[in-house]
Amino acid sequence: MSGADILLQPGVLPRLLQGLWVTVWIAAVSVGACIPVGLLVGWLMTLRNPVVRFLMRIYLDFIRIMPQLALLFLAYYGFARWFDWNLDATGACVLVFILWGGAELGDLVRGALQSIPEIQSESAYVLGLSDWQSFVHVILPQALRRLLPASVNLATRIVKTTSLAVLLGVVEVIKVGQQIIDANRFQYPNGTLWIYGVIFFMYFIVCWPLSIVARRLEKRWAND
Amino acid sequence: MFDWSFVQRYAPFFVNGALMTLFICAIGIALSLVVGLICAGIELARIPVARQLVRVYIEISRNTPLLVQLYFLFFGLPKLGVVWSAETCAIVGLGFLGGSYMAEAMRAGLEAVPEVQRETAYVLGLSPWQSIVRVVLPQAVSSAIPGVVANVIFLIKESSVVSAIALADVMYMAKDLIGMYYNTYESLFMLVISYLVILLPISLFGLWLERRFDYERR
Repeated sequence: MSGADILLQPGVLPRLLQGLWVTVWIAAVSVGACIPVGLLVGWLMTLRNPVVRFLMRIYLDFIRIMPQLALLFLAYYGFARWFDWNLDATGACVLVFILWGGAELGDLVRGALQSIPEIQSESAYVLGLSDWQSFVHVILPQALRRLLPASVNLATRIVKTTSLAVLLGVVEVIKVGQQIIDANRFQYPNGTLWIYGVIFFMYFIVCWPLSIVARRLEKRWAND
Repeated sequence: MFDWSFVQRYAPFFVNGALMTLFICAIGIALSLVVGLICAGIELARIPVARQLVRVYIEISRNTPLLVQLYFLFFGLPKLGVVWSAETCAIVGLGFLGGSYMAEAMRAGLEAVPEVQRETAYVLGLSPWQSIVRVVLPQAVSSAIPGVVANVIFLIKESSVVSAIALADVMYMAKDLIGMYYNTYESLFMLVISYLVILLPISLFGLWLERRFDYERR
């Protein structure tokens, strides 16, 4: 099990943490931007307009059936050719995660909105609340409880999917790890095991708390 | 702009890639079903130490990306003297990742059957074995199938990552062709078509399966 001291080399752990920061940053920006997109998509999905419905259906189904890596390739290689739109690798990742997360979140929003019985908004209306008031004070609080646990799970999925960024050449935690491994190949031939082990652990430490939060929320609100 | 002759020339590459994807997925998913079944069984039977180990495994597997798992298996493990081929790593990786998802889906399915079903079956004179096989399991399968089907599709999509350890699946072919010939349009077109051809029939089959086992609505 020799080779663990590669982790104690000056600069190794700080550099890995910097890489992790890039990963978390991509995920955080994507999740943040997903929220408005998801709300919009979810609202569009509840509309009765057949054209909007059809377009949303196509959008959701296409995003859902394609592997995220294929979507990344489409954005990174495809957009440059089709629209002459040269996204850098990080930009392509964020864009894909927003489109993908927005579609998934949109479907969750749709489900949550549709799970609130019609009678709730009718009662609110009869009690004298305006449309906006009934949405903010009656529908939204109930919808959020159904929405939040699954959304936190979606955030975990987005964090895990950020690992694919390395395949487009983004210098994030995995890439930094590979650089460290390559630089120390002769001094620490067993460094590979330890560096990948640490990266494995880092992802776990980021995602696990999110999973726990999701599970707690689910339990707390399950019986309402 | 769009070069059909390029598509004709290189379509066989994608057929081979798709076969590689299907090969890895078929074995990987079978493995994940076995792992899932064992884990769900251990959790429901409440076997003391094994149960905690299963929990740890499920948390680790669900909270780390497949790509990092594969890198660890493919590049890390050989340092411990465990040298596996890329195919084996991909299959073990999919089994490791999928096992936890399958376990959760199966456990949810079994927990969805109320205790009273088994008790009623017992009171009506069925043996414990009969009440499980004839009463509990059919209902559990019915409510577990949507989750299992979703996991199968999820795992096939996740398998696109195996190209990163140099397995020649459809993703790998697309990247290779773009790199060699810059025929981005045609390569990405074939990539999208390949995944549609693989995943559409499977998701339709999944829908049929869900309906077939939905005893309540049928």
